[in-house]
Amino acid sequence: MAKYIGKRLIYMVITLALIATFTFFLMKILPGSPVASADKLSPEQRAVVEARYGLDKPLPVQYFDYMFGLVQGDLGISINQFKGADVTDVILSRMGPSAQIGFQGMVLGTVLGILLGMIAALRQNTWVDYTSTFVAIVGISIPSFVFASLLQYWFGLKWDLFPVALWNDGFMSSVLPSVALAMFPLATAARFIRTEMIEVLGSDYITLAKAKGASGSEIAFKHAFRNALIPLITVLGPMAVAILTGSLVVEQIFAIPGIGEQFVKSIMVNDFAIIMGTTIFFSVFLIVIILLVDILYGVIDPRIRLSGGKN
Amino acid sequence: MKNSKIFWLLSLVLVLSAFLAACGGDDEKETGTDKTDGKDTAGEPDAEQVLNLMESAEIPTMDISLAEDAVAFNIFNNVNEGLFRLNKENVAEPALADGEPTVSEDGLTYTFKLRDSNWSDGTPVTAKDFVYSWQRSIDPATGSPYGAYMMAGSIVNATEIAAGEMEPTELAVTAVDDNTLEVQLERPVPYFMSLMSFPTFYPQNEAFISEKGDAYASNSENLIFNGPFTLTDWDGTGLTWKMQKNTEYWDAETVKLDTINVDVVKEPATAVNLYNSGEKDRAGLAGEFARQYANDENLVTDLEPTVFYFKLNQERDGEKNALANVNIRKAIAQGFNKQDLVDVVLANGSLPANFLVPTEFSFDENKADFRDVNGDLIEFNAEEAGKLWATGLEELGVEEVTLEILGGDTETAKNMDAYLKAQLEENLEGLTIDLKAVPFGVRLELDEAQDYDIQTAGWGPDYQDPMTFIDLFVTGSPQNKMGYSNSEYDALVESAKGELATDAAGRWEAMAKAEKILLADDAAIAPIYQRGAMALQQPYVNDIIKHPFGGDFSYKWAYISGK
Repeated sequence: MAKYIGKRLIYMVITLALIATFTFFLMKILPGSPVASADKLSPEQRAVVEARYGLDKPLPVQYFDYMFGLVQGDLGISINQFKGADVTDVILSRMGPSAQIGFQGMVLGTVLGILLGMIAALRQNTWVDYTSTFVAIVGISIPSFVFASLLQYWFGLKWDLFPVALWNDGFMSSVLPSVALAMFPLATAARFIRTEMIEVLGSDYITLAKAKGASGSEIAFKHAFRNALIPLITVLGPMAVAILTGSLVVEQIFAIPGIGEQFVKSIMVNDFAIIMGTTIFFSVFLIVIILLVDILYGVIDPRIRLSGGKN
Repeated sequence: MKNSKIFWLLSLVLVLSAFLAACGGDDEKETGTDKTDGKDTAGEPDAEQVLNLMESAEIPTMDISLAEDAVAFNIFNNVNEGLFRLNKENVAEPALADGEPTVSEDGLTYTFKLRDSNWSDGTPVTAKDFVYSWQRSIDPATGSPYGAYMMAGSIVNATEIAAGEMEPTELAVTAVDDNTLEVQLERPVPYFMSLMSFPTFYPQNEAFISEKGDAYASNSENLIFNGPFTLTDWDGTGLTWKMQKNTEYWDAETVKLDTINVDVVKEPATAVNLYNSGEKDRAGLAGEFARQYANDENLVTDLEPTVFYFKLNQERDGEKNALANVNIRKAIAQGFNKQDLVDVVLANGSLPANFLVPTEFSFDENKADFRDVNGDLIEFNAEEAGKLWATGLEELGVEEVTLEILGGDTETAKNMDAYLKAQLEENLEGLTIDLKAVPFGVRLELDEAQDYDIQTAGWGPDYQDPMTFIDLFVTGSPQNKMGYSNSEYDALVESAKGELATDAAGRWEAMAKAEKILLADDAAIAPIYQRGAMALQQPYVNDIIKHPFGGDFSYKWAYISGK
């Protein structure tokens, strides 16, 4: 196991280096300049500003400078979005709200989704089942920003149950954004659990358990549910991605000082250091999630071996 | 899964109904917002003086020498102050300056007396703070985007310092004593007072800045103020901040607001929702929202000093083309209905432009708007345009002309250009227009290469004087990549900048004449519209002043009444 994790960590570093490299060069292809008032500056003044951020050096030199800094944990200095601010500080100051709504959304979505999926499976082909399938389809097909707008309009403005937007009312401010983010995990979890449960419920060992006289709830939770959980873990990774990308728009709609919200702006204003820093931060997050998911497999189902032989 | 089709249908219905409900809801809201008819004679200020506002972007920096964006400039205008300030009529009036300065006969030496005023920590603002600030901004090592831009060519030695040929200390601004500031100009600058209201020319506190070092301006704790308000609760990267009344401000008794709560809201729909929920007192209306709320009784419209026009390129690929014919240009300039354009196509509070220098932008010493002085110069007239066009074609000896309109690729720009194409083709027989929509950067490149026939372009002011528009199209100007040249116009601009610089009335006249030549005689460009901006503002909010130059708004005089 330790050997496996060690190997995975090495791959992670390689992946990150590749991502950083690609992002770096893609970014340099972006049209426009990070020197915001480029048109107001004389060529000499512009040179001074560019030199300050090392933008005057040849591209390969800039690249290696950046990578050296990165290895030492230095993400650089924001050029124009938050002039002169350390990118690490920017990310740290913006991480909290994103983490909170992301975590709440994920937990809420997964728990409700599992419940919904289980009920649907146990009451297959009844109205309960249809309703839950319906919810799942809606949840998958409507993007989170539409949900966010609708929630804001109805629950915030019309019915005045939660704040319309802004991040100034503690937990209450986080409710609507979390719910908006929860829809995708909810729908995904419900679909997966339902399908798996139905399959498991039809298998031989369930029939055996029934024959042995196990009660209905014992069968559902002890035997069927645990086995149905495994495929759900597979989709945790993609769900995390959905939460991340969803948070870009949801944060903007609810005016939350999160990390995704400022990421969009940094791209528009060509703030290289912020773009790189945020991309790397997101990548680390995703890669770690994927690793955790793989490790979780082994924990939940001992039959899945992480290294060597066949799975 | 035989029912799956029904589910899809159901989901579709749900989604649609939710959308429709939301849309329908807005209309309801419009009529339903209970205004408590608070418009009862905007009278006495309320006991509670709190204004709730929104911005559309974060503060990139609060360092006066480094700032270059609208958000920061707007805050500077409210938490700091310079020698002059634009008043409610947008005329520069003395602020930290104790009355008008003494100006030497040649208009090159300004001596300002300072009034007694304090920084927010209670220490006095002195002439040295101005000297330090200006030197800091012109020092190339500071990397100030606006320093050289505002000073070079005006203040003696600024150009050389910016180029690194002289020391910042050689900038011709001196503190004669703590309350006297002397400035030497390279050439007379008739709009120098208004320039002094621009944040680049504000004082900065050297002791404070050197004490804070790298931490300076990184959050509201590390800032010092001398304006009507102080900035608080800003963490440097966040989406929220406050402005609190500054008790140390010299004119604190005029300031009525105690607190201004500002939140950054980038989503226009969210801004409108926050306004409708009563949480925010003013919301800008972008795009479709402007249309939706066009008849709202709380709609306010602000004119911006930005004018859009057709640049008519007379010489593409080194050859004179149809646009070199003055009748053809005049026909185009008069051949489209501007009123319909702003009412129907743009619908954002814009004004039809029959001029180049915008309305409500620059004023002479009698406070008369330059626009009122010079009036409309080239108006829509389909009949006249048709005649001129026919004459033009005859002179050219052709029956048909095909021209390209180069424009922006935003939704607004595309809609506008499509409308203008239709108008011109309808009113000018034998004209075919090809539309070419490109991103901003590409348009600038094509402009630089003079590779277009007609281009929709816009211009906003660099300083508060008609000249920032008038001199755009002199022979050889970077904005005149369109082969236009008129020696009479050039001479008028030259004289307004030179020998008439100290003769306010004569100068004004020369500029008026130059604009007339440019538009009425030559139709070198075809003005289209002056941009407006719409916002919803609660009726209990009074006297937020919109400025055409420097910071966008002043809250110094604003107050809440009847909330």
